[in-house]
Amino acid sequence: MKVKAIVIAGNGTNCEREVANACRLAGAECDIVHIAELLAGRKQLDDYHFLNLAGGFLDGDDLGSAKAGANRLQHARVAGSSETVADQLQRFIAAGKLVMGVCNGFQLMVKMGLLPALGGDHRTQSATLTFNDSGHFEDRWCELVVDPSSPCVFTSGLERLYFPVRHGEGKFMPADAGVLSIIENQHLAVVRYCDPAGGEPTMEYPWNPNGSTAAIAGICDETGRLFGLMPHPEAYVHRTHHPRWTRQPDLPEEGMGLWLYRNAVEFIREKLL
Amino acid sequence: MAWRILAGLKDSVRDARGERVRREIREHLGIDLASVRTIDIYTVDAQLSEEEVQAAAGGPFCDPVIQDVAINRPLARDFDILIEVGYRPGVTDNVGRTAKEAIQYLTGRPFLAGEGVYTSVQYLLKGKVDVAAAERIAAGFLANGLIQRWTIVPAADFDRVRGLPASIPKVAVAAQQAAPVQEIDLDVSDAELMQISRAGMLALTLEEMKIIQSHAADPQVQAARRVAGLGAKLTDCELEALAQTWSEHCKHKIFAARIDYEDTITGEKLEINSLFKSYIVRATRELRERAGKNDICLSVFKDNAGVIRFTDDWSLVFKVETHNSPSALDPYGGALTGIVGVNRDSFGTGMGARLLFNTDVFCFASPFYDKPLPPRLLHPRRIFEGVVEGVEHGGNKSGIPTVNGSLVFDERFAGKPLVYCGTGAIMPTVVNGQPGHEKRAQIGDRIVMVGGRIGKDGIHGATFSSEELHEGSPVTAVQIGDPITQRRMFDFLIVARDRGLYSSITDNGAGGLSSSVGEMSQDTGGFEMHLDRAPLKYPGLQPWEILISEAQERMTVAVPPAKLDAFLTLAREMDVEATDLGHFTDSGYYHCLYHGNTVTWLPMDFLHEGVPQLRIPARWVPPAVTEPQLTSPVECVEILKSLLGSLNVCSKESVVRRYDHEVQAGTVVKPLTGVVNDGPSDAAVVRPLADSFAGVVVAHGICPRYSDIDTWHMTANAIDEALRNYVAVGGNIDHVAGLDNFCWCDPVKSDKTPDGEYKAAQLVRSNQALYEYCMAFGVPLISGKDSMKNDYQIGDTKISIPPTLLFSVIGKIDDVRRATTMDAKTPGDLIYLLGVTRDELGGSEYYALHGHIGRNVPEVDAATALARYRAVNAAQAQGLIASCHDLSDGGLGVALAETAFAGGCGIDVDLRRIDATRGLSDDRLLFSESASRLLVTVHNEQRAAFEAVFAGQSCACIGRVTAVPELRIVSLTGTMLTVASCDELKAAWLAPLKEL
Repeated sequence: MKVKAIVIAGNGTNCEREVANACRLAGAECDIVHIAELLAGRKQLDDYHFLNLAGGFLDGDDLGSAKAGANRLQHARVAGSSETVADQLQRFIAAGKLVMGVCNGFQLMVKMGLLPALGGDHRTQSATLTFNDSGHFEDRWCELVVDPSSPCVFTSGLERLYFPVRHGEGKFMPADAGVLSIIENQHLAVVRYCDPAGGEPTMEYPWNPNGSTAAIAGICDETGRLFGLMPHPEAYVHRTHHPRWTRQPDLPEEGMGLWLYRNAVEFIREKLL
Repeated sequence: MAWRILAGLKDSVRDARGERVRREIREHLGIDLASVRTIDIYTVDAQLSEEEVQAAAGGPFCDPVIQDVAINRPLARDFDILIEVGYRPGVTDNVGRTAKEAIQYLTGRPFLAGEGVYTSVQYLLKGKVDVAAAERIAAGFLANGLIQRWTIVPAADFDRVRGLPASIPKVAVAAQQAAPVQEIDLDVSDAELMQISRAGMLALTLEEMKIIQSHAADPQVQAARRVAGLGAKLTDCELEALAQTWSEHCKHKIFAARIDYEDTITGEKLEINSLFKSYIVRATRELRERAGKNDICLSVFKDNAGVIRFTDDWSLVFKVETHNSPSALDPYGGALTGIVGVNRDSFGTGMGARLLFNTDVFCFASPFYDKPLPPRLLHPRRIFEGVVEGVEHGGNKSGIPTVNGSLVFDERFAGKPLVYCGTGAIMPTVVNGQPGHEKRAQIGDRIVMVGGRIGKDGIHGATFSSEELHEGSPVTAVQIGDPITQRRMFDFLIVARDRGLYSSITDNGAGGLSSSVGEMSQDTGGFEMHLDRAPLKYPGLQPWEILISEAQERMTVAVPPAKLDAFLTLAREMDVEATDLGHFTDSGYYHCLYHGNTVTWLPMDFLHEGVPQLRIPARWVPPAVTEPQLTSPVECVEILKSLLGSLNVCSKESVVRRYDHEVQAGTVVKPLTGVVNDGPSDAAVVRPLADSFAGVVVAHGICPRYSDIDTWHMTANAIDEALRNYVAVGGNIDHVAGLDNFCWCDPVKSDKTPDGEYKAAQLVRSNQALYEYCMAFGVPLISGKDSMKNDYQIGDTKISIPPTLLFSVIGKIDDVRRATTMDAKTPGDLIYLLGVTRDELGGSEYYALHGHIGRNVPEVDAATALARYRAVNAAQAQGLIASCHDLSDGGLGVALAETAFAGGCGIDVDLRRIDATRGLSDDRLLFSESASRLLVTVHNEQRAAFEAVFAGQSCACIGRVTAVPELRIVSLTGTMLTVASCDELKAAWLAPLKEL
């Protein structure tokens, strides 16, 4: 049996093609499915193992990043049924499957309550992603340090990562200090922005490009199967994606973003097939 | 009833948007506020229950983690003065549209006709600010009076219980019109004809009005009109259709004109029958013939964009547009509309193409301009900010990487900023068994309009941009693009394309339906369109307004009747509006109806061929420019820092980072490169296909300064600059095509333009050079555009921009892994200067620094340059080039500094080793802008192989890359001319635009 991945597209997603490419390079079959196909009931999440929520600007981020997109998933009914895509998603999560949201996908997960989903509550929002301290969009590559004790399935065995951020609303903020301490104590803060030399989490601009609390760039839920991050792993799956590939001949052919997708595919092969 | 839903950040949360506004108010207006906080407001004008409004307020409209929300009560407190800014009626409100959709999902019920959501923003100002200052802040920074309105409330006057009342910017429907279609009597005097043209914003000349007058008076025409049910007088719809079709914007009358050219130096006299045909089309035709089976062109000039070969299975599409006039009035909306507009052009080429990249080139006056501004002009800094933000939103939200661009500064661009936006795309060579780059509407095909709705926005855009900016420039020409509606439409149309559901497609841009349907119907020879069937944003539009509205995000598609159901069903499912408006015919007539009554009955040939040819005098008298006498400096560090810190040379990183330049994961050479990702790349390389290493290379050249000496050389240098940038990153010089975008000041001699003969001569010389150099370099032109009225005239003040040609190139690199970047790589590498340095500082940055123009403009020797570029390609293919950087503004000195600090290295060079003409002083060697030169670094062990490739060419090893980050330059006398810290040079280069 094959590992089947899905990327939801439409209404302003932009990165569906490169996310699908990353999934395929990692060994999964991958369909790019327009939201209209899900709402028409012709496709459903139940047929997949790995859900990807790609970067972009859902509905232009007009009501705040991913807000209108979250509202659609929560309230638009799938034709011929009484359920929403969000209902399918809850079933998907309960089945122990994997979800990764990148950038706008991460914003969507946080605003739907899928992350950090403390205590297994996947419906209540307890953190947010808001405007960068700079007040505008920024495209910049960032060094990330991985929490080795994190339950995150995707980063298993990884220590340092280097990906681009490309967002205007990437500042991570927990609802309160209590939420932050649970995130930190349970090692849910999977990746943090760090200084390139020492690898220490940093609040210093531009290493921390948006002013995220505790330098948090990405978080997972308690199971480690739901993961979201602002930096784009799918943007670094080949050597030539690296901004300095022309001056670093020793870079491996494969980009480190691919490792996250390989971890996902391996997990599914072991646990879900 | 109307509900006001307010969402504001909790007190504990930092308001980054407010802080940015505070900073910019200080920069723009010099008003220092203690703080600015913001509140988002949704005015919901719809029949909803209290529970539904609460669900919306607590759901999609607020972020409960950081925001408080209120319904029909204020959130504002702890401020000195409040400014609320909302849109004027009818202006595109993207957030309002999304908010309306969100409520519909929530309630499961569509809004009724006339219901809507309108957004506004409250700015809470704290500090020493009175109503007058708040007025300045609102008018001078927060809002643009053309599209927005504002309310100012001092804290003392603020109703703390109820807040501000709901205000609904709904378009008021005019009282019942007497007759929906007016007839216009053209049997009048010449003066009255011109009055009709002016009052109607038709931009038609007297000669054109008289041709229309005699058409209407023709008894045969009148007989045909009677049969069609029309009177002898033309309708407003007909006159508008003619004005759009015959506008300079659509018809390019200046490029089609008969020009009498005289060169007073050579005595040559020339009658040119159309610059476009004589130079542009001819170059491409001759080059295609010469190339034979190696011809890379697939579709040139006839479609929305040009198409060239890429791989066996894929073709490339490229188009560059300008959006100058709208950007002068509303920089944000104008630029946003510019980028989404050119995206539609490339998308709508052939049977439809997937968008790959954007380019943008802006020409502004200095953002630090500190002289009084003539009336109606916005401050260059506001234009800069607005345009950058507009393109940022347009490009980023469209999911298209902005990979290449420039910022060019000259005081004269205060009169009209130039905003060039380009879009590259990729299409399958074959779509459903037919060539992807071809299309043809068939008789009987349905005319289907897809995408957004029609409003009064953008009416007269085509005719407006055909005039200079004057007092009466219409505000309806300003509009705001909606990237998301467009994105949905593109997602839908690509599926429809692959399912074979349409036979032709084009964009609705300038001239709206009138132009798109009018042009597409040339395939069949006529059409019948029902204007009353077109979906409107609000009621009350006149038929002529529906016909010519330039409301955004619309495409026109020809759908075979048998496929109409499938097409409309797919559209509905994908949330895209598509409307059947009529069908294509072979009647020979441009036929529109409104509620069953004919409102236009124009012969197609009169519409498309009836416009008279303009006749323009052109006389070349070279300007009286001379070479300045400069004393040679004893050291060059300060000069070099000044040049690096000049606006045209300095780092554009603050702008580049605001654009997503790598979405789609194909950008292999990014705009920023080097050891800390901030060196200035010469060009971009994009790998569009995940299963191939073939790459697209895109670059451009632009040098308006040289126009002050001779537009011939301005043009030659723009072409050469584009090609050397292209080659620098690895573009194949034998697989490249060009796009010419002319932005000129009015070149037609008249009372308003007494120096028209000179400006027309500049245009002729530019076209002549374009032909000569495209032929010499073997670069076919595939697309282009001209914008010919870039003047400002109010009262006695006239500002004309310098004649500016943007030359963009698109081509191929066989394997992106062979691309080269501009940063020095390894200490010990050798530095080569390719090409001869001459006494060519006319129009240079160095002379500009000293307040001079000069006479010795760089001259391009295309044959030598072409051999050099081919050799560079050969060396790149063999992996012999470690870095390659073009020499342009600021010459060798700037190129050395950029190469060094981008690589985090130092450089030692010896000026005595430069291949130069005799007698050049140290400063001239360093700052000459001689064309076709490249600075290359080569690993020491590859020296022999590299030099072998350049045997017989100008190729001088002038120094070495060093580990110490210093630029050390040995003078002609052997002394140390310059020892500069690369960190200091870089700091000077980074400084000017860092905070913008």
